[in-house]
Amino acid sequence: MPTTHAGRRRRADIWFVVPAYNEGTVIGDVIREVRAEGFPVVVVDDCSRDNSGAIARDAGAVVVRHATNLGQGAALQTGIEFALRRGATFLVTFDADGQHRIEDAIGMLDLAQHDGLGFVFGSRFLDDRTQTGTLKRLVLRFAAWFTRKSTGMELTDAHNGLRVIRADVARWVDLHQNRMAHATEIVRQLGRSRQRWAEYPVHVLYTDYSRGKGQSLWNSVNILVDLMFR
Amino acid sequence: MLIQALLLIAIVAVVILLGRSSKNVKHMAFRRLFLLAFAAAAVFAILFPHVLTQLAQLFGVGRGADLLLYALVVAFVGSLAMQSRRATELGRMITLNTRRLAILEAETELGLNSATRSPSAPVRPSPSAGA
Repeated sequence: MPTTHAGRRRRADIWFVVPAYNEGTVIGDVIREVRAEGFPVVVVDDCSRDNSGAIARDAGAVVVRHATNLGQGAALQTGIEFALRRGATFLVTFDADGQHRIEDAIGMLDLAQHDGLGFVFGSRFLDDRTQTGTLKRLVLRFAAWFTRKSTGMELTDAHNGLRVIRADVARWVDLHQNRMAHATEIVRQLGRSRQRWAEYPVHVLYTDYSRGKGQSLWNSVNILVDLMFR
Repeated sequence: MLIQALLLIAIVAVVILLGRSSKNVKHMAFRRLFLLAFAAAAVFAILFPHVLTQLAQLFGVGRGADLLLYALVVAFVGSLAMQSRRATELGRMITLNTRRLAILEAETELGLNSATRSPSAPVRPSPSAGA
């Protein structure tokens, strides 16, 4: 498989990886939107207690179901491995709660293919479209600072679930952080590939739903401890 | 004294229960040696409490019981660390098993099997559980 030149890939080989846990109310629309653009989707149902898996399957996704709840990092890793086994050329990690826009993902794919980048991270802090509360903004800025310091990569937004990763680079990813600390871990592992990369401005849509589901700020304490005592 | 008899019985029970087989040969041998030394020291401390007190004073600690408490705190923290490491290892094994099961199940559902799998499909070598 050619890996370095910047040729266009078929959309049918560009897999969206969507970790999901109890997202039944929104995941159907999210999957349909991605499928309408012609991309295959793998939803990793992290042992949801609702019918997220069935809804995702009806919406056109391939569903991989964890037998026990492991956490978002583990679900992401499962989805990445599944997509690579299907022969994906690019992977797009995408949240199930509807906070990402498919236009941004396509823009990131275009950028990665046009500039021959190994991976592209979405960032909500490159422009001021995304409305974040002051405290959340502070915490996310701190997370980005921590990630910069521990990985040496100049990121503005470390905890954004929208990423585009070329398949050969995705093989560098082997997440051991099952819970939310994977966001920093994946940056570190992708950085080791020594491939060219970029950040891309994305608009994160905070709805009442995603705000209700989102991580509480207390969780940032857990993330920090996970990262420091691994 | 009654307390001495009770403590000695408890130590023998602990040695028998914890000294049983485990997987890693080196770890197991180390654990058993440590356990024997620990038991010997405990028996000694129970039978000759005054020696323990002398030892404590040698270290600048008041009573033998205080020395015992400090040693216990150190042993407890060490045991916590060992348990936490073990829990991490087990969690890793569960994760790998769950992942393998989930992927195989999905591929079976899709009607795929090893014969039709894409040739570029990577098979990640399972990393050993320990770090």
